Amino acid sequence: MKLSDKLFLVLCLAATVFGLLVLSALIVYTFYDALGWLDLQFLTSPPSRFPEKAGIYPALVSSIYMITLVGIFVLPLGVGAALYLEEYAKKGKLTRIIDVNISNLAAVPSIVYGLLGIGLFVATFKLKPGTVLVGALTLTLLVVPIVIVTAQEALRAVPQSVREASFALGATKWQTIKEVVLPQAFPGILTGVILALSRAIGETAPLIMVGMATTVFVAPKDIFSPATAMPLQIFMWTDMPQEGFLHGVAPAGVIVLLAVMLSMNALAIYLRNRFYRKLKGW
Amino acid sequence: MIIFDVKNLSVYYGEKVGIQDVNIEIYRNKVTAIMGPSGCGKSTFLRSLNRLIELVENVRVEGKVLFEGKNIYDPDVDPVELRKRIGMVFQHPNPFPKSIFDNVAFGPRIHGVKDKKKLEKIVEDALRKAALWDEVKDRLHDSALRLSGGQQQRLCIARAIATNPEVILFDEPTASLDPIAASKIEDLIVDLKKSYTVVVVTHNIQQAARISDYVAFFWMGKLVEYGKTEEVFENPQNELTEKYLTGRIG
Repeated sequence: MKLSDKLFLVLCLAATVFGLLVLSALIVYTFYDALGWLDLQFLTSPPSRFPEKAGIYPALVSSIYMITLVGIFVLPLGVGAALYLEEYAKKGKLTRIIDVNISNLAAVPSIVYGLLGIGLFVATFKLKPGTVLVGALTLTLLVVPIVIVTAQEALRAVPQSVREASFALGATKWQTIKEVVLPQAFPGILTGVILALSRAIGETAPLIMVGMATTVFVAPKDIFSPATAMPLQIFMWTDMPQEGFLHGVAPAGVIVLLAVMLSMNALAIYLRNRFYRKLKGW
Repeated sequence: MIIFDVKNLSVYYGEKVGIQDVNIEIYRNKVTAIMGPSGCGKSTFLRSLNRLIELVENVRVEGKVLFEGKNIYDPDVDPVELRKRIGMVFQHPNPFPKSIFDNVAFGPRIHGVKDKKKLEKIVEDALRKAALWDEVKDRLHDSALRLSGGQQQRLCIARAIATNPEVILFDEPTASLDPIAASKIEDLIVDLKKSYTVVVVTHNIQQAARISDYVAFFWMGKLVEYGKTEEVFENPQNELTEKYLTGRIG
């Protein structure tokens, strides 16, 4: 190998190692801090003024509740929009403008969605601020562009030849979409939805904007109950005066948040592989 | 017996001409080959027979295609209904990522056949007609994508047969297959004309000679010559046809 080649290889390797090192250092450090704090008591208790008694239960339930709702809202909205843009809309200037702007929307800072959420759901629709529903609706606005974009990519990846095969057999557009296109695009769509949900579960700023408390002491009972989210609760803990919160309770919360997020991603990968295998007939 | 009577058919893609002013009569229970070099409009012509051409954006069709006396481009003709009666097999085998059984049963199912026994019978009949039954009868519920290329193409033929069409269109059905698989498909096409009208697009001159009863030669979007296969091959009327058949253009 030439010297310049070697040098480039070393540079790339160093970049990779640097990123991985920082990340693993963070995880190891957090784990170390959380050690002894992360236990069943922590998972099942409400927050408390005393670090030994504090728990993440209401925040955990709030987050799972909201994410489930976001999933229910975002799937039909995102897939519907993607289907319209890819399968029905005539390709032209207008659809190109819409496409570009959806990609732009996916990159808008989340605080802006918080403002939109409070303006739309609280001020206009008069929903009670700080509830599971308002939080979930706001997060839905935030992640729906991500789902649209990934679903569009998944639909585009379905070969034209199988669409033609379906039409040539006398299938209608809807039958073709339902029987041929969607099943093939499904793994990709699913991956997009779960990635969007993992983004939503880590959001903080827009939830503060729509009036969510950083701490609730009772887990929400229904979608109109006041709620919080794990990142908010963790943020709150880092601000407490006792040492036990910053170097115990908060890291334990981070681990729970990471665990939930990583299991969602793992689920996405598992489901995608399963459906792919089925499609490819392995 | 004429099944397709094509009158002054032109197809435009935006400003570009696909085919221009084509007049041709296609006969029932015969194999008609459409030959010509790449880009001559032969696929465009084939796809205008089942209105699949309309999937292309900005396409414009002029003229008439009378199918059993009825112009298929009349506003009261539903292309979905039309395509049930005109099956199609494509250049690359394009089975759905479903089981062998579900591929063949796709057409009947979307057209409302629900009875399991009836579906099984349709699938078996179609696979037998496509000369695939013996190879797959023990693994009907395996994925179609595990079949070889030639088997996949015969599966696509079975899938087209299962909707019980009157016509089957083939768009270069052997272009992506090895010679042995291709010759099986050719035998099958000749066999199919007993029950169906067959129109085959090919850029393979020998193939057109082997399998067709009638042959049409397209050149730059125009129909140059059309007639009985032996006559066209032995005594081409047009200079272009002669040059194409002797390999001097193409």
